[in-house]
Amino acid sequence: MSDNAPAPAAAPVPAVPPSAEPPEPSRGETLLREMLSSSWVVTTLAIVLALVISGVLIAAADSTVQSTATYLFARPSDFFSAAWHAVTSAYVALFQGSILDTGAPTFVRAIKPLTETMTVSVPIILAGLGLGIGFRAGMFNIGAQGQIILGAVFGGYIGFAFDLPVGLHVLLAAIGAAIGGGLWAGIAGFLKARTGANEVIVTIMLNNIAVYLIGYLLTTSAFQRPGSNNPISPPIKATALYPHLLGSQFRLHAGFLVAIAATVFVWWLMDRSTIGFRFRAVGANSKAARTAGISVNTNYIWVMVIAGALAGLAGSAQVLGTEKVLSIDVAASFGFDAITVALLGRSKPLGTFLAGLLFGALRAGGFAMQARTGTPIDIVLVVQSLIVLFIAAPPLVRSVFRLSSGSSRRSTRSVKEAAA
Amino acid sequence: MNQEFYVKNIIRTAAFAGIAALALAACGSAPSTTTPTGSTGSSPSVAAVKYKACMVSDAGGFQDKSFNQSGAEGLDKAKADLGITEVKVESTASTDFTPNIDNLVSQNCDLIIGVGFNLAGAIQTAANANPKINFALVDSAFSDANFKPVTLTNGKPLLFNTQEASFLAGYVAAGMTKTGKVATFGGMQLPSVTIFMDGFADGVAQYNTDNSKSVQVLGWTKATQKGSFTGDFDNQANGQNLAKGFIDQGADIIMPVAGPVGLGAAAAAKAAGNVEIIGVDQDWYLSAPEYKDIILTSVIKEIGQSVYDTVKQGLDGKYTSTPYVGTLANGGIDIAPFHSFDSQVPAALKTKVADLKKAIIDGSLKVTSTSSN
Repeated sequence: MSDNAPAPAAAPVPAVPPSAEPPEPSRGETLLREMLSSSWVVTTLAIVLALVISGVLIAAADSTVQSTATYLFARPSDFFSAAWHAVTSAYVALFQGSILDTGAPTFVRAIKPLTETMTVSVPIILAGLGLGIGFRAGMFNIGAQGQIILGAVFGGYIGFAFDLPVGLHVLLAAIGAAIGGGLWAGIAGFLKARTGANEVIVTIMLNNIAVYLIGYLLTTSAFQRPGSNNPISPPIKATALYPHLLGSQFRLHAGFLVAIAATVFVWWLMDRSTIGFRFRAVGANSKAARTAGISVNTNYIWVMVIAGALAGLAGSAQVLGTEKVLSIDVAASFGFDAITVALLGRSKPLGTFLAGLLFGALRAGGFAMQARTGTPIDIVLVVQSLIVLFIAAPPLVRSVFRLSSGSSRRSTRSVKEAAA
Repeated sequence: MNQEFYVKNIIRTAAFAGIAALALAACGSAPSTTTPTGSTGSSPSVAAVKYKACMVSDAGGFQDKSFNQSGAEGLDKAKADLGITEVKVESTASTDFTPNIDNLVSQNCDLIIGVGFNLAGAIQTAANANPKINFALVDSAFSDANFKPVTLTNGKPLLFNTQEASFLAGYVAAGMTKTGKVATFGGMQLPSVTIFMDGFADGVAQYNTDNSKSVQVLGWTKATQKGSFTGDFDNQANGQNLAKGFIDQGADIIMPVAGPVGLGAAAAAKAAGNVEIIGVDQDWYLSAPEYKDIILTSVIKEIGQSVYDTVKQGLDGKYTSTPYVGTLANGGIDIAPFHSFDSQVPAALKTKVADLKKAIIDGSLKVTSTSSN
């Protein structure tokens, strides 16, 4: 860390009197800021590095590679060709499962992977956008999972319990989902504003409560499918479903348009509106923001409500788009993927959108990788986790690729680090 | 700077150690033939046949020590014995079902088997969209838009009247308890779980009626369908805590219906000393040998066999969508031997259980459950 500072400047530091320094930000805030300020180059390299390391793991997990490794010195060519084959076939399957299936017999089958990537990315993008707002406002919201679930519960209930005309029904269901997610996240915002309760802990606990809540609801007569003991809701009525964008052969639905609209909205909100300016001010330095007359506590609540509403829309993409039914794990792990996506996208709307597409591709391609080459689906999780790990440690990536450091850093930070 | 140097040194040392270990491991000699080694084909004794059977797991994955694993073992057996090609894909959540099945469809599978009732919707949709591919579904039948049972021409449900075997287990438990209290609990309140608990409670009730006793069942009330559940199929600590609670209440025989969570209950039972466990799905005396001293018996559900039979039918061109129903009569479910408890179970109880089994098989005794299909 220390070599981030300009080395010669280390000696004559005392220019800044200690009293003039702003209050020390907490370690969590520092880490968050560190992760959000990494450059595009580092982000890209982190992805590359993650794919390389995962390639090693894919090779190591392959049974042929394992058997050839036992006589590596006797005939090394076996080992290297087996390893090469394992890695390339896995990554080819990943590509074919997420972008273009080059070996498909029909055109529909060939382009289906790309539409799958877009479909899968919708909830990740929406929830990631919400988390990004929180991160920029200095709130570590871990609760997207629970907010997606509550969005799915609200949207799903409106979707299967009411008979409404086409158009109005889906609109109401989506709005209901946003309200559901927003209310759930609002609890954490309210508790932080009123009592100072740490939002990390509250949102994690609310995730657990949401999981058990949906589990309970699906055993009640209001939610459970009639004539069934299974914890599953009746199917969502056709009028409440997001329409297919490319016909019923593809799962791609209008939720993707919602995700695009939400991306534009978040850009406007954070970069063009006064509300967004206040959010960012609170995130940059809550004490300074308070001194400047911004009601920090009100902003905490609004940040959470808006983030939760976006996560709730992610839930609507699940119940009204892909699953068409409310089940216990309707949120899969999208709420946690969204954290990664928001960090990878540096909490910017466009970055989150692109990171969401990448994660959608990894997920969609992971299914094909498992079906075609037997590569465990967990590898995809490893790739995702490694990306985050490298994003979280920019100095590591820089040293691996021998990048010069410090160019993108704020000078005040360097000075402070030098002083420390 | 100093610290960095230190870290680099550690990394260097670790790397050398790793390379040395690898080098030692890599000193074996090459196989004499130049045929491609380690190809994933079947064992040489079985000729490979052109039939691809594929399987999608439930969110539990294939190493769940429960129904997913049983299903996978059946498919593995079919691969070894029949020489078919197998593809197994795991789901991590219910949202994975549709993409996983879709990928198997594009892999040109001849037969696609979904494990667990959770896959019912996804399998049914795929079966309707791909009439040329045969499908099978473990633990659930299909239903139409009005929730009425429906038959598909290319979708075969593999069902189990588990309550028949757990009825016998309940009867044995009631006959063997010293405290007059037995217990059962589930992982989650799902039909494929509560069907075990229904049979267990009925078996105890039957014993009470036959012998004018009042053995209590903790953890499940059949009439209200309410009882104790740990909440998932992963967290063994929850199973241990719940079982300990039952032991504290005086239960001395426990049947955990929660996959691997049940092993937590076994740990609690072993710690308590004089408490016995009734296993589920597989014969736990064999599958969990570390607890074999406390396994009274097990309720066996032959999912693997049903999968194997379905694959074989498909291979022989005899696939039909007629549901397979595992019963005591056809051996699809059964109660395991008493193994080390054999000498302790009174002969009269053994005879009575054998009689009840006969009565269930010949139809003179009906064991029912709202969860049975």
